[in-house]
Amino acid sequence: MASVSVQAGDFRIADEIAALKNGRVDIGAIVTFTGTVRDMDSDLKAMTLEHYPGMTEAELLRVAEEAEKRWPLVGCRVIHRYGRLEPGDNIVLVITMSAHRHAAFEAADFLMDFLKSRAPFWKKEETSEGGQWVDAKESDTDALKRWG
Amino acid sequence: MIMQLAYFAWIRERVGKSEESMQLPGGIATVSDLIDHLCSINDIYKAALGDKTLVRVAVNQTHVALDHPVTDADEVAFFPPVTGG
Repeated sequence: MASVSVQAGDFRIADEIAALKNGRVDIGAIVTFTGTVRDMDSDLKAMTLEHYPGMTEAELLRVAEEAEKRWPLVGCRVIHRYGRLEPGDNIVLVITMSAHRHAAFEAADFLMDFLKSRAPFWKKEETSEGGQWVDAKESDTDALKRWG
Repeated sequence: MIMQLAYFAWIRERVGKSEESMQLPGGIATVSDLIDHLCSINDIYKAALGDKTLVRVAVNQTHVALDHPVTDADEVAFFPPVTGG
């Protein structure tokens, strides 16, 4: 059963893994992906993530449930933050658990690809030149084609 | 008909509000019709929604295409392509 959270606060990866694992010993493979705020040009002060409350949770859940249909997962968790975040801060966490590693790796990859093109979040960067909305990347749309 | 409209990111900034309830005339059958109507109101909506290639739409919190039908009491949201993750 997939679980998703949209929150302003940070997450602790070890705590999230322990909660999702819940003492089970039949898992075998746990993959985590963490996305963080990147400052490529040493000019990013912060980034603010806006989202669509209600739809965001629904969309993340739809993507997670699709991953559960495609791979034999025993655990699936997505956390996405919103609000003002600084370089180095965590943005997103995906955890997938399965009996074998390939399913866990592929499901995490799939979740990130679909989340990036479907979950209603928008990033606005603050630099020395002011505020600027981040443009969507065509490469993110192209990434979906891998999954048929 | 009365529709709930919501705006996000730079579309919200250009419209100057995040949501509104709007009384609409008859003859608006699709999302595309709705955008055309809003753009005909004034230059503010035109600046926000005039280029349909930049506008993404959700009806009742689900992504839809421009030819999707809209009806009374729908919640219609307009936003640029998403950039989360």
